[in-house]
Amino acid sequence: MAIWVNKETRLICQGITGSAGTFHCQQMLAYGTNLVGGVTPNKGGTLWENKVPIFNTVSDAVKQAGANASVIYVPPPFAADAILEAVGAGVKLIVAITEGIPVLDMVRVKAALKASGSRLIGPNCPGIITPGECKIGIMPGHIHKPGRIGVVSRSGTLTYEAVGQLSALGIGQSTCVGIGGDPVNGTDFIDCLSAFNADPETDAVIMIGEIGGNAEEKAAAYVAEHMKKPVVGFVAGSTAPPGRRMGHAGAIISGGKGTAKDKFAAFEAAGIRICNTPAVLGTTLRAAL
Amino acid sequence: MKIHEYQGKELLKKYGVPVPRGAAAFTVDDAVAAASSLGGKIWVVKAQIHAGGRGKGGGVKLARSLDEVRALAGQILGMQLITHQTGPEGQTVRRLYIEEGCDIARELYLGVVLDRENSRLCFMASSEGGMDIEEVAAHHPEKILKEWADPLIGLADYQARNLAFGLGLSGPSVNKAVTFMKALYRAFVENDCSLAEINPLVVTGSGDIIALDAKINFDDNALFRHPELMTYRDLDEEDPKEIEASKYDLSFIALDGNIGCLVNGAGLAMSTMDIIKFYGGEPANFLDVGGGATTEKVTAAFKIILRDPNVKGIFVNIFGGIMKCDVIANGVIAAARELGLQVPVVVRLAGTNVDLGKKLLEESGLNLQSANDMADGAQKIVAAVKGK
Repeated sequence: MAIWVNKETRLICQGITGSAGTFHCQQMLAYGTNLVGGVTPNKGGTLWENKVPIFNTVSDAVKQAGANASVIYVPPPFAADAILEAVGAGVKLIVAITEGIPVLDMVRVKAALKASGSRLIGPNCPGIITPGECKIGIMPGHIHKPGRIGVVSRSGTLTYEAVGQLSALGIGQSTCVGIGGDPVNGTDFIDCLSAFNADPETDAVIMIGEIGGNAEEKAAAYVAEHMKKPVVGFVAGSTAPPGRRMGHAGAIISGGKGTAKDKFAAFEAAGIRICNTPAVLGTTLRAAL
Repeated sequence: MKIHEYQGKELLKKYGVPVPRGAAAFTVDDAVAAASSLGGKIWVVKAQIHAGGRGKGGGVKLARSLDEVRALAGQILGMQLITHQTGPEGQTVRRLYIEEGCDIARELYLGVVLDRENSRLCFMASSEGGMDIEEVAAHHPEKILKEWADPLIGLADYQARNLAFGLGLSGPSVNKAVTFMKALYRAFVENDCSLAEINPLVVTGSGDIIALDAKINFDDNALFRHPELMTYRDLDEEDPKEIEASKYDLSFIALDGNIGCLVNGAGLAMSTMDIIKFYGGEPANFLDVGGGATTEKVTAAFKIILRDPNVKGIFVNIFGGIMKCDVIANGVIAAARELGLQVPVVVRLAGTNVDLGKKLLEESGLNLQSANDMADGAQKIVAAVKGK
């Protein structure tokens, strides 16, 4: 069952004919994801790689291919519009991989999302995977292993780090979600934690945060109050200098707020088992079970 | 992207935000000429650097004669201005802004930033202007008034009025403040700003509202649709290593330590710095080579790291997802051969094609230490740099 995506997910890709879209669609198909279509304006009616139907609009893809999820590899200048198109077509789950979308574009997208029934994951994220069932995004499928641990992270490669350690210890994952490194995103830690909390196939959760904002502090408050399952946490950026954007647009300590120290303290106070370094994510989780 | 005060004011003026009259100057003679053409009896000579806290650092001075303008301009131009934002080495002043004097009745604060909690732009106002607003926020949060703009509506008049009355304004000053704030909102949105800070926002003796300072930053991700803003970029204010890195689409930030880091992914790059520190070392940089690193990119990354004379060792930490470890290994080997590496290098590879990557490193005959995981790699590089 896991959360949000499984064997039943019917995925389309917006930007399927671009180089990133093509490469990752091949990977997703190889993993077994049910890719039912692609969307590229003016290429509707043709086939991608001689097998997947292309539509001009997301609305056509929903009507004709029964899509209920979309992954977006559209370049930054057009990505906000692509998300809005998926929202407009009533797609339930939208995963935006694109990095570098202007923040004010996302401010407007967020307002549209709030008034809709769609869930957005990302942008600027690796995507979401339920191992063995459905991979949506850019994560390497082969490091994952089906199992009962939920993983949620703001960082892509750190998610892989956690997953790699778990799989090496023989511990599988229910679903792994990369929520992305941008200051305005669709799905946050609490959305993921509450879904994992309610999921009978998830036993414990690894949560990986970063400096900047206060999403980790809010998540910690949620864990303290509602979480019935063990949570293991790490925050990247203890050594980051204030006022500097550390790669991700959202990873910046401003006005003395959003430091790793504050976030670790909030985690500890909430009963989250913290990791001093990301090298012990797997072993800390194993000890928590 | 950050810009200078005078550039920020030039931009705001286009949107009808009231600012004092002034002119930029690059030489002492320019400064005197600017003051003389502005006229009046009092001028402010302001150092233009990207960091804040210029006044406290001695970079903003009042002149009461053209001779004084000349003397102060000579003093400030070329000085190493040290503020709480520049670091101990300070920043060289290369540009001045000469501004007409201003009849200050009250100093207020006005800022616009993204509020990540509700994904809206937040207007923050405080009657404690001219002060370090972070101090006010920390100790007297009740003195900061806030209004959030609905992206579909913008900053509504009533919201601007709420702030104006909250600041204790009255009479015609209220509507002037409303006009000011709405113009500021428009400038912010139309230019994809990431920060606008007016500190101080001044109420003059005659009740006018005017921006005495302007700190404007732009969203780097949106610069593609504002090519005109690129003329505001001042490369003298940026770290040369960071400029070089940006040419190769590398995300790089110079730090004070001696262990260079080459990592893929921002989160992993940050935590690589963290784990080096955890094992007693000091990172020399943050460097994210991104998802699609090529041999050229890895070589460029090595070169940039090695431009820092403090670097005594390099830790390469790659979790190959889409990026294959053998490609990274080849990049590292090519860079090591081309640059004739003199410092120890520890390489940790994980993920796709890891065995092939490790084999390539071993067979290269180069002095590259291989690490099994992040902790092992961090310990090895810290030991190597400390000479065991």
